[in-house]
Amino acid sequence: MKVGLFIPCYIDQFYPQVGVATLELLEHLGCEVVYPPGQTCCGQPLANTGMEKAAQPTYDHFQEVFSGFDHIVAPSGSCVYHVVHHYPVESRPQGKVWELCDFIVNHLGVTQIAASFPHKVGLHPSCHGLRGLRLGPDSERVEDRPDVVRTLLASVSGIELVDLDRRDECCGFGGTFAITEEAVSVQMGLDKISDHQRHGAEIITGTDVSCLMHLEGLIRRQGLPLQTRHIAEILNARL
Amino acid sequence: MSQHPEAAARFIADNERMAWHDRSIWNARKKRDLASHSIEEWEQLRSWASDIKEHTLAHLDHYLEVFEKQATANGVKVHWAATAEEHNRIVLGILRENEARHMVKSKSMLTEECHLNPFLEANGIEVIDTDLGERIVQLREEIPSHIVTPAIHLKKEDVSKLFEEKLHTEPGNADPTYLTREARKHLRAHFLACDAALTGVNFAVAETGTVVVVTNEGNSDLGVHLGKVQIHSMGIEKLIPKWQDLGIFTRLLARSATGQPISIYTSHYTKPRPDVPMHIILVDNGRTEQLSREHFRKSLACIRCGACMNTCPIYRRSGGHSYGSTIPGPIGSILTPGKDLKKYSPLPFASTLCGSCSDVCPVKIDIHDQLYRWRQIIAEEHLLPKYKTIPLGLAGRIFARGKRYDQAGRIARWWLRRLPAWMVNSRLNAWSKHRDLPNAPRNSFKEWYEQNRPHGS
Repeated sequence: MKVGLFIPCYIDQFYPQVGVATLELLEHLGCEVVYPPGQTCCGQPLANTGMEKAAQPTYDHFQEVFSGFDHIVAPSGSCVYHVVHHYPVESRPQGKVWELCDFIVNHLGVTQIAASFPHKVGLHPSCHGLRGLRLGPDSERVEDRPDVVRTLLASVSGIELVDLDRRDECCGFGGTFAITEEAVSVQMGLDKISDHQRHGAEIITGTDVSCLMHLEGLIRRQGLPLQTRHIAEILNARL
Repeated sequence: MSQHPEAAARFIADNERMAWHDRSIWNARKKRDLASHSIEEWEQLRSWASDIKEHTLAHLDHYLEVFEKQATANGVKVHWAATAEEHNRIVLGILRENEARHMVKSKSMLTEECHLNPFLEANGIEVIDTDLGERIVQLREEIPSHIVTPAIHLKKEDVSKLFEEKLHTEPGNADPTYLTREARKHLRAHFLACDAALTGVNFAVAETGTVVVVTNEGNSDLGVHLGKVQIHSMGIEKLIPKWQDLGIFTRLLARSATGQPISIYTSHYTKPRPDVPMHIILVDNGRTEQLSREHFRKSLACIRCGACMNTCPIYRRSGGHSYGSTIPGPIGSILTPGKDLKKYSPLPFASTLCGSCSDVCPVKIDIHDQLYRWRQIIAEEHLLPKYKTIPLGLAGRIFARGKRYDQAGRIARWWLRRLPAWMVNSRLNAWSKHRDLPNAPRNSFKEWYEQNRPHGS
């Protein structure tokens, strides 16, 4: 099966190791993965600021770059949510666009990953994956829904997932919100980090590097004994 | 212009108080979770409520006429007000007709929206808000900071100080029971002296012409039973078609608002008492305009439970007053731009679009999607600040071309690796005021891929 790999811009530029882990993980699971070289960004930063019209050339570019794939997979719930939820119908790529964990569980049918990560880990379920793509049940709705992210993490050998007081409150990243509402954004991030710290997490993980980049920025500035890892890096920590 | 980011930063600067505010409102959210998760059919109720509201809004003209006809047949005088000013003039007219000078009012966000109190006071009418929280903010000459719990931004010590000054209570006594008893004494005197009562309306049942008011304090009934004239002011979107629909909404409302299985008082007013005239004022004030906006129509389904405020991580950390609008929080941020787009243009950006508001909403308003839609309109109307349009416009041109993007990325990372840390993490850059930037790697993923999967594509 040929899979088009979409590596969002900030991962490409600042967290290449997450792209590598995603690629290796998919290859390990038997996928033929192709990374179309012309790719850039999904255009979300513009559209979330209201500039959908200015983002249209980026949408067209995305559609062109990913034409010819039945499946497009990205290690980001937020970018995938933007493509499937906000792109005009005629600008969407032909193939189905998947968030990584969703693809592994619901397309490949894999729920057990032969990985080892002997650490205390706190999961940050990023909002666009959780409430946008419905990768798991959120705390607001009354529903019984499998949690693809938690399922995969729980299968990792040696991992200890910690519970949080507010398991799915937003971390405060929010794209340009992080800049324009700096005070609230920072406060939300600090509160999120202290929830993880109170419950003994050594590592914060999640499906979105954008949230983790915000949390990591705060953690480093404060010199806290915590680290962030994208979920692909944990799932690719091979046995 | 509303300046949410600045007001929020001021709120957060008093960090201890902000943390208390966040915690106490989060508790309301937790109570709501317990109450909603304890009934299996919660999502079914939400769907029904959403469907009923959508149906009613689609046939609002019909149901308004049915309601008017039925209420009139019940002996109620029905008034129509196109604007806030018209509403206020109608209220004043009714009071003058009945020679009333002392009016007690129970919870009504609509009269806040219409700025009724200052108008009546300027016309020689004494208006007393009788909901305890509303009375507190009235004594402080503030507006409510929350639509269900108007004084949620105040601690008991603040109330003690206020009551000491205004009601001459014991200095320093901040015992909630003591303060509540003193408030009750104070309000009782006003109830007994009142000659008119005005209430807001939670639901209006078209088929029976009934207005329904939900309170925990019973102040609505007390006023209505003691006044010589009763007035109910309602936005036209409060209608529901049938009596049998009401139970769905009362079950959702109390659980969503405060986590109670049911509110203490659910008062139904259908017919006037003998010799006590009963008036209902149906207010538009921008609602038909909102109804005409396809993407924002559903915002009129709101039953004012306040759950979106309680769940909103931004609201809890910035306080209701930071929004600068009568209705704060997520629902206010989709309702208010329709009133004055320029003035309220920062509000749809006071959100991370996390979607918690939409999922907590008992009538399934797609609040975060509407916030996203308002942002597009604000940009189209050229109301975005230049510090957003210039860099993002440039980014848009870079993202549309693979090579341009690769070059820009390489240059940016090259500089980030070479500039001294103090410059990279300069406090002039809002990201870096409290956050480090990520390390800039030598190679992007794309460059790694070209080297490591040379035959990749």
